[in-house]
Amino acid sequence: MHNHHQDHDHDHDHHHHHDNRYSDMQARVRSLETVLTEKGLIDPAAIDAIVETYETKVGPRNGARVVAKAWSDPGFSDWLKQDATAAIASLGFTGRQGEHMRAVFNTPETHNLVVCTLCSCYPWAVLGLPPVWYKAPAYRSRAVIDPRSVLAEFDVTLPEDTKIRVWDSTAELRYLVVPMRPSGTEGLDEEKLADLVTRDSMIGTGLALAPENAR
Amino acid sequence: MNGPHDLGGQMGFGPVAPEPDEPYFHANWEKRALGITLSCGAFGAWMIDESRHARENVPPGDYLKASYYEIWIRALETLLERHGFATAQEIEAGHKLQEPPRPKRVLTAEMVPGVLARGGPCDRPVATAPRFAAGDRVRTRNFNPETHTRLPRYARGKSGVVEAVQGSFVFADDNAHGRGENPQWVYTVVFDAGEIWGEGADPSLTVSIDAWDSYLERV
Repeated sequence: MHNHHQDHDHDHDHHHHHDNRYSDMQARVRSLETVLTEKGLIDPAAIDAIVETYETKVGPRNGARVVAKAWSDPGFSDWLKQDATAAIASLGFTGRQGEHMRAVFNTPETHNLVVCTLCSCYPWAVLGLPPVWYKAPAYRSRAVIDPRSVLAEFDVTLPEDTKIRVWDSTAELRYLVVPMRPSGTEGLDEEKLADLVTRDSMIGTGLALAPENAR
Repeated sequence: MNGPHDLGGQMGFGPVAPEPDEPYFHANWEKRALGITLSCGAFGAWMIDESRHARENVPPGDYLKASYYEIWIRALETLLERHGFATAQEIEAGHKLQEPPRPKRVLTAEMVPGVLARGGPCDRPVATAPRFAAGDRVRTRNFNPETHTRLPRYARGKSGVVEAVQGSFVFADDNAHGRGENPQWVYTVVFDAGEIWGEGADPSLTVSIDAWDSYLERV
């Protein structure tokens, strides 16, 4: 039996031996920041502001609000299908790695999954910074050839006759998956609906939560 | 280039192993790496395409072992040296040894909200009408340039169907090498898994790429 977490730790221990210059990333990056600050090229306070933005303001809660609105408001849902960038901007979510958005809707017939096989393209404006697995070789290599095995590792099993559409983000379009609305959610308002929309459900590696599993 | 970054369809990397409740950063240096990379991007000396190509040029053995923030930092050092903003010697020493060129812009904390909210749109008008329409059958070209391309190896020389005309965008393959933005139409092209992977392909699977016009031939 494989123990995933053990494998991960094992990899981690080893990857520091391959190049001495990068054996201590903390020191390497501190050195880089010092050099660039001394040269007047960067402002450490700007770095703090960037980090704060992605730790507190720009994250998957943004995307969850988009999805909850699409579930609740057919007019918004149509707009999201036709012009996702504008529809998403109307909720205040714009900017870096969200300049050219497309929303793709899961249906009972088709499940959508997003990957960037060539790098780490991800819709930051609605989902924030990507998780480590999204940027790592295991996901990027296998999502396009064997997505069902990938989904199984996220505990998602789709019916055999469900079609799977994988979107490889090879250009500057960024994709947001709109998961199917769970049953038993008819009475919920957008705020409660947003609690059911996980980050992974908007990448396609998860499904929206049933109301009893809301976080 | 046929670099280590072009991962679609490769095997042997083990399970995806998602981390429950993963934090945004796993070490403090990752926070600084994010901020430094974005701050240096604000210089206006290079665009995303050149950054991506610098990342692809991290040697394969290192690329596949490194965390993504490490890849960013390795590539950033290449870009800083190439454009004269910092030398390897300075980064080794951890101190300024010479005056840098003046960048177009130095990102300050006050500028951060505006810069992040604007992002960097890369759609550009083109004078010609799109060559293909939704529903057209196309074949991707087969080429193996040593330079930057966004046509993954698994999707070269394959037949598919144009699903949507997505607009016209800066052509990454040129812009990465300072040959200008040369915008082209971009199309979403869908392939049956059988066309890409052949025998044993998942019959329920289709895969799409976003392809610049010059990647495609009519069939």
